Amino acid sequence: MHFRYKIEGGDFTNAGSTASAVKKVLKQLNIDPVIIKRTVVGIYEAEVNIVAHAYNGVIDVDIDENRIFARFEDAGPGIPDITKAMEEGYSTASEIVREMGFGAGMGLSNIKNNSDKLEIISQVGKGTTVEITNYFNSK
Amino acid sequence: MNLKDISEAIQGDILYTSKDLMKDYSYAFASDLMSDVLTVKQSNMLLITGLINVQAIRTAEMSDIRCIIFVRNKKVSEGMIALAQETGISLIHSSFTMFKTCGLLFTAGLKPVY
Ligand SMILES: Nc1ncnc2c1ncn2[C@@H]1O[C@H](COP(=O)(O)OP(=O)(O)O)[C@@H](O)[C@H]1O
Ligand SMILES: [Mg+2]
Repeated sequence: MHFRYKIEGGDFTNAGSTASAVKKVLKQLNIDPVIIKRTVVGIYEAEVNIVAHAYNGVIDVDIDENRIFARFEDAGPGIPDITKAMEEGYSTASEIVREMGFGAGMGLSNIKNNSDKLEIISQVGKGTTVEITNYFNSK
Repeated sequence: MNLKDISEAIQGDILYTSKDLMKDYSYAFASDLMSDVLTVKQSNMLLITGLINVQAIRTAEMSDIRCIIFVRNKKVSEGMIALAQETGISLIHSSFTMFKTCGLLFTAGLKPVY
């Protein structure tokens, strides 16, 4: 199964619609609720990061019987120091982002805690790609 | 505690009830920071927040939180109620501060998640 969602920077009204759609699909597939929660929490934070930090992006979600793979590819400023960005508390978020209940620098570390595999590739001035993989039969 | 007991304990108004009016809640978590809420693993908890926007509802949806209490007498928008209906999340309005709302519910027996 493959789904594609488009997402606009600054569009906080729709932030979370991808995570919501994915949640519905995983529920229908009878995936373990603990794994569903881990997965959609990660997807939601990654989605919010595009809205909060980038200009626009595309989210590709691929589901097979063993795992869910989500790729978040955005056009945006990129992340100069990924190690630093992963640190809890590091944030460049604007006041607007904080008013939305985010921007405390906890997103990336929480995505890591809620994923089996996380990869981040970024090019300053171009954009960022985040890839999350979660397995359905967690060993 | 079920939704009705919770609402009575804080003299709140129930803005929307999903199916589970009689469902029992044991735990509560209070925060205005959604990133914080999203780190909590506990299920069967309710969220107490002063963050009044659709992201509070989305956060509850992703976290399997079935009920949100909005504190500090804030106006909850139609859009928020519509999203709560769509996602099956009950909403309670409290005119008290976060501190008072938490204190009353703690006294009434709701437990912290840690
Ligand atoms: N998609 C992105 N594009 C550009 N910068 C990003 C992106 N995602 C994260 N960042 C950078 O990494 C920092 C930390 O991200 P995160 O842990 O999610 O915290 P927050 O979003 O609350 O600031 C952000 O403040 C931002 O500087
Ligand atoms: Mg973030």
